[in-house]
Amino acid sequence: MFGWEFPPHISGGLGTACYGLVKGLAHHKQDIIFVVPKLWGDEEPLADFVNASDVTIDYREKRFKKFWKNLTYLEVSSFLVPYLGPDEFKKYTDYSIHDRTDVDESIFSNKFEFSGKYGKDLMMEVSRYALVAAHIAKAKEHDIIHAHDWLSFPAGIAAKEISGKPLVANVHATEFDRSGESVNQVVYDIERAGMHAADHVVAVSQLTKNIIIKKYGVPAHKITVLHNAVLDASIIKSNYEKKVPEKIVTFLGRITFQKGPEYFVEAAKKVIDRDPNVRFVMAGNGDLLNQMIDRVAELRMGTKFHFTGFLKGDDVDHMYAISDVYVMPSVSEPFGISPLEAVRHNTPVIISKQSGVAEVLNNAIKIDFWDIDSMADAIFALLHYEGIAKMFKELGTEELKKLKWEHVAEKLVNVYQKTLSQKP
Amino acid sequence: MRTICFYFQVHQPYRLKPYRFFDIGDDHHYWDDFSNRSIMRKVAQKCYLPMNAILLEMIHKYNGAFKVSFSMSGVFLDQLEAYAPDVLESFQKLVATGHCELLNETYAHTLAALKSKDEFQSMVKKHQEKIKKLFNGYQPKVFRNTELIYSDQIGAMVAEMGFEAILTEGAKHVLGWKSPNYVYVNSIDPKLKVLLKNFQLSDDIAFRFGNKGWEDYPLTTDKFVKWINDVPEEEETINLFMDYETFGEHQWAETGIFEFMKALPDAVFSKTNFTFSTPSEVAAKISPVGKIHVPIPISWADEERDLTAWLGNDLQDEAFDRLYEMEKLVKNIDDDDIQRDWTYLQTSDHFYYMCTKFFSDGDIHAYFSPYESPYEAFINYMNVLSDFIIRVKEKTTLPQD
Repeated sequence: MFGWEFPPHISGGLGTACYGLVKGLAHHKQDIIFVVPKLWGDEEPLADFVNASDVTIDYREKRFKKFWKNLTYLEVSSFLVPYLGPDEFKKYTDYSIHDRTDVDESIFSNKFEFSGKYGKDLMMEVSRYALVAAHIAKAKEHDIIHAHDWLSFPAGIAAKEISGKPLVANVHATEFDRSGESVNQVVYDIERAGMHAADHVVAVSQLTKNIIIKKYGVPAHKITVLHNAVLDASIIKSNYEKKVPEKIVTFLGRITFQKGPEYFVEAAKKVIDRDPNVRFVMAGNGDLLNQMIDRVAELRMGTKFHFTGFLKGDDVDHMYAISDVYVMPSVSEPFGISPLEAVRHNTPVIISKQSGVAEVLNNAIKIDFWDIDSMADAIFALLHYEGIAKMFKELGTEELKKLKWEHVAEKLVNVYQKTLSQKP
Repeated sequence: MRTICFYFQVHQPYRLKPYRFFDIGDDHHYWDDFSNRSIMRKVAQKCYLPMNAILLEMIHKYNGAFKVSFSMSGVFLDQLEAYAPDVLESFQKLVATGHCELLNETYAHTLAALKSKDEFQSMVKKHQEKIKKLFNGYQPKVFRNTELIYSDQIGAMVAEMGFEAILTEGAKHVLGWKSPNYVYVNSIDPKLKVLLKNFQLSDDIAFRFGNKGWEDYPLTTDKFVKWINDVPEEEETINLFMDYETFGEHQWAETGIFEFMKALPDAVFSKTNFTFSTPSEVAAKISPVGKIHVPIPISWADEERDLTAWLGNDLQDEAFDRLYEMEKLVKNIDDDDIQRDWTYLQTSDHFYYMCTKFFSDGDIHAYFSPYESPYEAFINYMNVLSDFIIRVKEKTTLPQD
């Protein structure tokens, strides 16, 4: 399985989804080699942490056996950053890159010795990842290859070419979700090549499946929808207490075009105009953050609308816990796992119809992302009409119990079996 | 009479600690005690202590023929008492010589003059009392508004409070062909003398002294004295106004700035017909040449010499307006903590950090800012302000119930 990231170092839902899938598959006794481009050293010890730059797969493989028999975890030392397009990647890396003169040689050396931050552009990294993947495909016994999203598709293709095993391409997001209509052609081409090279495609929602059919020309019968699930459906009882008397309405996610933060800001203004006893919180970071701050200042609601920056660990739970309404106004969200987290904290949610999660979560208010009046109405209603909020809390938590990774993994195993049986 | 008037602004804000959304309603201590203390100690070692020692020595050496003036903000004095009593003592010694004049300003180095006459006056009074208490009953006669911010209206307000003179920038767009080297009067109330900063000569010392790329580098006393002699004979005063931190902090000791200052009086006395005066002496001895018209406020900041360093973008205006909305409520609250936070939150530096003029003077803003961006500065300030508003409202409603 080729991924991008793995908890605890995640920049979005993909890491969580991979983690859930791996856990679910382990439940169904599947052996997995999980390869990610970067290892930080404090990942949950559910697998062997194998540094791919040591070709002789190493001693630690034995150490965690008792915790997690089925999984081998491989790291490809790289600087791949999920959720950055090639242009952003260039900007991002320009700050920290110290070009190494020996990089090119090292690709061809026996050991893929990549230390720290290197690489001139994202595409070089992607192909480097593919090179290492080919090596792993040769060295490691496997039956099926599973690649997650475009950064790892070349790796999946390379592995398939070496081992001849079938490839499953898992689409968590497409370039159309990330960039709207201004797609990056190179990224699109890689996505398309991956989907077409794959023996089967897995999409995280019907919404995504439709995009794959319409924009990538993949036949519908080659695509299976596997919705995301929650790692744990239990209700989280937090002892964390709210310190302000007002009710809190929260947006939590990357502050980027895809997530529709500006609609949240505009809706907030409408609500505050009607009811000043509400606080809005925008938690997260992203390229639209400063623009949002400017807009909040311009709308003169700086003491009612707060920014927390990027939250992690306990702070995320605290944020959900003190929220009275959670809003996900995504413009285009292949799935969107965060509303499920909100439900786990007994927080009523408002989600956009343009999100995959809307296909599985019934007890939520669903609005069009651009419809700020409806959004404001829904926020106001959930804040003021106890009945509806209470109902959503109760029914939402019931629904959660049906969304388990074991179920998803079971369907995935079926996909594997079907794919293997089709392979001559 | 031809004279040089040295005035130094001495100010350190109470910086806010990183204050998160989660702290609102819970944590009512806003101030970054650690960084405020360590910055004060650092600047004390590099600037305040060595420069005060030099000035004291020079005042004694020339029997008072060399003199200077200071405006020390109330928040600076508060921090001296808390973190640097040794520095406070050295300032007290300087003032005790009788050749070191102190100016009045708003206690917290605020922008209140632009917003509320009432708050402005109470901040000035508060500063007066502080100086009186710390400097043996001293009573300033000359006023200097925050960052030399001045307009006809502000001047009139200051005149009404009984001051003889006010200091401001010799801004080009206000002066036109006129020279800053004269005494002017306020256009509304001519009783108030207006002293203008000679920004050319001031900034030669304050900004360019250590700049090796400057065509006149290195600046020697010979060169400086020649420039002073080049000033037309009829122009009587050269007002050199600058941050006190110029000495040893903005211009490091290695640039030779201390040696320059030590050597300057000798050069002036031996090669020119200039003396040294304090602002009140300039105001008293030199006859004004006319009114100066400043309908729109000016300051000494940035290329524009206007208010855009502190106000004008949405972030700054939002923060400023939300803060001063509290004024009336705060006035009625008898609570030391609320009053202290109200005072410190008004300090102009908080708004300066929110300046988004990246292209012209962004560098200098970044140099003085504890934040990585104006957006961070805004978020942090608004979080604190949100908590402050909650406290103010609590204190306000309780007695009525």
